[in-house]
Amino acid sequence: MRYAIIGAGPAGVVAAETLRARDSGGEIILLGGEAEPAYSRMAIPYLLAGQIDESGTYLRHTQGHFESLSIQYVQDLVKALDVESRRLILKEGGSVEFDRLLIACGSHPVKPQIEGLDQPGIHHCWTLEDARSIAKYATAGSRVVLMGAGFIGSIIMEALVRRKVKLTLVEMADRMVPRMMDQTAGNLIKQWCIEQGVDVKTSTRVKAVTPDSSGKARYLLETDGAGEIPADLVVVATGVRPTIGFLAGSAIETRQGVVVDDHLQTSVKGIYAAGDVCEGFDWNSGNRAIHAIQPVAAETGRLAALNMSGCKTLYTGSLAMNVLDSIGLISTSYGAWQGKAGGDDAQQLDASRYKYIKLQFEEDRLIGAITLGITEHVGVLRGLIQSRIALGEWKQRLVRDPSRIMEAYLAKTQ
Amino acid sequence: MLRSLSIEPEKCTGCLQCEMACSYENEGVFNPAKSRIKVFVFEREGRNVPYTCTQCADAWCKNACPTEAIQINAATGAKEINNGLCVGCKVCTIACPFGTVNYNHATGKVIKCDLCGGDPACAKACPTQAITFVDADWTGYSKMRNWAQRTDTQSSAQV
Amino acid sequence: MGWHKKVLRVNLTDGSCNAEPLNMRWASEYLGQRGLATKYLLEEIDPQVDPLSPDNKLIFATGPLTGTMASTGGRFSVVTKGALTGAIACSNSGGYFGAELKFAGWDMVIFEGRALSPVYLLIKDDSVELLPADDLWGRSVWETDEILHRRHQDPQLRIAAIGQSGEEGVLFACVVNDLHRAAGRSGVGTVMGSKNLKAIAVRGTQGVKVKDPARFMRVVNEKKQILAENAVTGQGLPTYGTQVLMNVINEVGALPTNNAADVQFAGASKISGEAMHEVRASDGKANLIANKACFGCTIACGRISRIDKTHYTVVNRPEYWGASGGLEYEAAWALGAATGVDDLEALTFANFVCNEQAFDPITFGSTLGAAMELYEMGLISDADTGGTALKFGSAEALTKMAELVGKGEGFGKILGLGSKRLCEKYGHPELSMSVKGQEFPAYDPRGIQGMGLTYATSNRGACHLRSYTVASEILGIPEKTDPLATEGKAGLVKAFQDATAAVDSTGLCLFTTFAWSLDDFQPQVDAACDGEWSLERLSEVGERIWNMERQFNLAAGFTGKDDTLPKRLLKDAAKTGPAKGRVNGLDQMLPEYYQLRGWDDAGVPTQETLSKLGL
Ligand SMILES: Cc1cc2nc3c(=O)[nH]c(=O)nc-3n(C[C@H](O)[C@H](O)[C@H](O)COP(=O)(O)OP(=O)(O)OC[C@H]3O[C@@H](n4cnc5c(N)ncnc54)[C@H](O)[C@@H]3O)c2cc1C
Ligand code: SF4
Ligand code: SF4
Ligand code: SF4
Repeated sequence: MRYAIIGAGPAGVVAAETLRARDSGGEIILLGGEAEPAYSRMAIPYLLAGQIDESGTYLRHTQGHFESLSIQYVQDLVKALDVESRRLILKEGGSVEFDRLLIACGSHPVKPQIEGLDQPGIHHCWTLEDARSIAKYATAGSRVVLMGAGFIGSIIMEALVRRKVKLTLVEMADRMVPRMMDQTAGNLIKQWCIEQGVDVKTSTRVKAVTPDSSGKARYLLETDGAGEIPADLVVVATGVRPTIGFLAGSAIETRQGVVVDDHLQTSVKGIYAAGDVCEGFDWNSGNRAIHAIQPVAAETGRLAALNMSGCKTLYTGSLAMNVLDSIGLISTSYGAWQGKAGGDDAQQLDASRYKYIKLQFEEDRLIGAITLGITEHVGVLRGLIQSRIALGEWKQRLVRDPSRIMEAYLAKTQ
Repeated sequence: MLRSLSIEPEKCTGCLQCEMACSYENEGVFNPAKSRIKVFVFEREGRNVPYTCTQCADAWCKNACPTEAIQINAATGAKEINNGLCVGCKVCTIACPFGTVNYNHATGKVIKCDLCGGDPACAKACPTQAITFVDADWTGYSKMRNWAQRTDTQSSAQV
Repeated sequence: MGWHKKVLRVNLTDGSCNAEPLNMRWASEYLGQRGLATKYLLEEIDPQVDPLSPDNKLIFATGPLTGTMASTGGRFSVVTKGALTGAIACSNSGGYFGAELKFAGWDMVIFEGRALSPVYLLIKDDSVELLPADDLWGRSVWETDEILHRRHQDPQLRIAAIGQSGEEGVLFACVVNDLHRAAGRSGVGTVMGSKNLKAIAVRGTQGVKVKDPARFMRVVNEKKQILAENAVTGQGLPTYGTQVLMNVINEVGALPTNNAADVQFAGASKISGEAMHEVRASDGKANLIANKACFGCTIACGRISRIDKTHYTVVNRPEYWGASGGLEYEAAWALGAATGVDDLEALTFANFVCNEQAFDPITFGSTLGAAMELYEMGLISDADTGGTALKFGSAEALTKMAELVGKGEGFGKILGLGSKRLCEKYGHPELSMSVKGQEFPAYDPRGIQGMGLTYATSNRGACHLRSYTVASEILGIPEKTDPLATEGKAGLVKAFQDATAAVDSTGLCLFTTFAWSLDDFQPQVDAACDGEWSLERLSEVGERIWNMERQFNLAAGFTGKDDTLPKRLLKDAAKTGPAKGRVNGLDQMLPEYYQLRGWDDAGVPTQETLSKLGL
């Protein structure tokens, strides 16, 4: 059996290792589109913050890890997929044939339609190469504008603050991390960041980026709402999209991402998808969804590999979950944190101490949660949600004191 | 034969000797806030429930870690944090469905039970044998494991 | 080490909270907790001060071993001038609060002044805030605990609070922490209430270090082994709690009954530790459901009980259906034998209320016993009590009055004065079973002679926890003495008083002394604390503390004349049991005691004694 895996991010690497564990004789080819060892994007902020060097971002640290598992690691980009002949066409000219394929090429950042965003000195923060460019300009005291205060933007923010730059954060929405946090939490995070010295401008749109003719800065950002902002470096974190361009014209069904079934198989038999690129299901609603996060990448990578190797394993959807450290203020969100029609919630806010917890219930089961300023035992929120624990009288107790999540879990399981 | 911690809440008096022993063993100071094991007190029920990492077979924490900072100790089977590799991203803390990996603000990394390298301090300190270190097959973990199975799809197939 | 060397001073009048270094010279002379806090108090207040005035201070103090792995290392004391007594007050409590305060980095918190309106103190390590408590005022300890946990979103927050009784000026209000552990006696909660301080909530993450960790761990483990192997600390207390004593003390004829009119109680076995284990006919369950340890304790004498849901006290009151702190011996005696009530469930309910509203069950039970005697004499009327017949043996009277005292309402206000003021008010001061204004507990000095001297000379008013000669006279620890004899008791009392004062200053629990002597504390203290702590030094600390407390009381206006007992114990002979025909022989013990103490005939320490102790 010949397995090919497009993408050497967490989804691809976990899949390759799982395949090897299941099938000791099969041939495994892992394709990474960047000229780097297999690495983890989400370690990039810590590289920028100076906490680790580049090798710290590598997914595996043992010398010769892939060789020892007889996994062939190829650094090349897949240009096209020929479904009929079961062949991948590579950028450098070669091709790879496969019996089973995993598409795990992740997502790529997108730029908004704004004039002047394609000049040098304007970067995404998505790849190691991006990180190197940012590191060059984001030096102590330099003026940096970060566009986008979504989850990824907020994570990069912390790293930039650690580099002691003079940071301005510009976000179109009315709060920070709008897709992970409700109004209350998003505003508290914003308030907190402002207190830590970051200039946060929400409900602000960048209209154009032009070179600063006065020569005082490299660029001037024209905004509606916040006037002109000078910048030595602009980092764009306004969103990502699954990398499906090279699949155009193939028989693989795509919408936002690569559409998969409940075994992570695509519309073509024997071809699977995992990680950021795959459009699977939301665990809570069962609706089509893309959860572009690390744990989901690792889990879907593993599940897809199990199915590829013949061990039929049901994929029941991905649970959205995030943890964010905004300059020391730690927040998490899980599942259906927005709640559900007909459900109810429990919350407790201590704004002056930046503490907040909100639980969402459907009948007596937890379906989503947000926490702010709480780090102890937060993982149990996942346990409560994904075990679909009927809370019984403990629901009422959680309504009275939502912080008793660990007790609720133990009372119901131990 | 791997051994693991067995916990019998009915025997626990809530003295927190285990928390003290754990923090002393791992941090060199008496500090339950840094203990890897926690005793949850249910006042209305008159119950005390010690709880820590189950060293579950398919460690969610380990799978979620982006930097391979959680590794299996071959001798004990414990999932251990490698502080040199941990970047403090906290993804493991939200991925573990038992809430038993926790962020340590002081170090910027996470802490979890490592079975003390095979000689658990908590079990030794427990005056009522509510925590014991026994052959893995026997343990009161089975209850926890059952719940673990239900947590998500991950365990529905074992590799 | 052992100490954090840091004191938190909270001025309630101006709202300031400041850290200051612990006076290490005093720490080397008074160790910590009881001794050290008393030293601070003596230095900082005028002993003549009105206990309820802003000039009194209130100190929460841990010991150097609080928050360590030494068994029972979770104790703290509340030290102030007692509201009930006007004497030095030092009430010791367990639970988790003391250790948490230590983990937050504080050896002591000193409250001074009085807040303009109700406040509570929130401590999270170095971050300290005084916050408004207007919405907590008027609430029970249990409600306060729940509200603060929710508000601060931290299940690990440890809370000490007063209930309504402390707000309403019930003179024997206490401070309850962790829902059912109490700094119980002398009205320390009343002082807290007078300062408009509702609660202290603390969370600590800093931990505690000791001087020589390896040695400390070694001795601590050795000493834990001794506790585990001892019959009392390894078996009796874990199985029956302190309630192991109820039947024993009744049999030796030393169970004060019906306001100490008798020394044996017919209903004793019904309210005993054994009875708590018995399966109830009504619901097929036992009253006792579990043992509960305080922080670090390997004995676990604490009781957790549940009231029978069909019992009249809790019908339709689900807030009392859960488990909570059950009967300890002293409480069972006070709520039961002292009032003649033998309904275990009623006692448990009254005990819950004592915890819920934070007042001392010993003083309450004894005061109710006195009121019952006055009622039966026709001096208190139904009109006074609001229609409740205060008859000995009436469970209804007990539970009704407990609730009234808890809220400081109706006749509860009068009972809330304590027995001394109550009996004076009704013209029979001799019916108050108190010394220096504080009611004596569950051991009748006619049947256990040494306890007479213990009560008479106790610095905080009558109390068993100042020199528990019961250990020797009844249990034979460290060696058996005759409970009916007075010979040798002066020396016994002095030795126990000094050792106890030292133990109460370590951060460990007195109950370990069933198995440990001062020799067992010494190596633990020495391994944990800076400096060298020999046995001699530790004993001297104990004696120094005792004399310092005495000095406080003398300065507060007490004299040797106050070292006495209620007339009933000195004049009315025991009617039944082994002590039948006897009174307490205080007059045979007191002069010798003064002499051994190095005090003059008036009970004043001589210059020589003071200078020997460096006072
Ligand atoms: C700065 C930053 C911070 C983040 N922080 C977090 C966080 O805190 N928590 C969290 O859960 N998630 C975080 N993420 C997201 C997380 O990194 C992704 O969800 C995860 O990397 C997805 O894994 P993947 O394997 O699906 O894809 P990727 O990691 O994106 O890997 C895709 C791989 O495919 C390769 N590739 C792409 N196209 C081709 C092609 N045509 N041919 C061959 N190879 C190709 C790429 O080179 C790469 O090796 C962060 C991301 C970034 C950039
Ligand atoms: S920390 Fe949690 S996920 Fe990791 S091994 Fe322990 S129980 Fe499993
Ligand atoms: S916090 Fe450390 S151990 Fe946990 S997932 Fe992140 S890098 Fe891995
Ligand atoms: S085994 Fe060791 S690390 Fe794990 S909980 Fe017990 S004492 Fe802590």
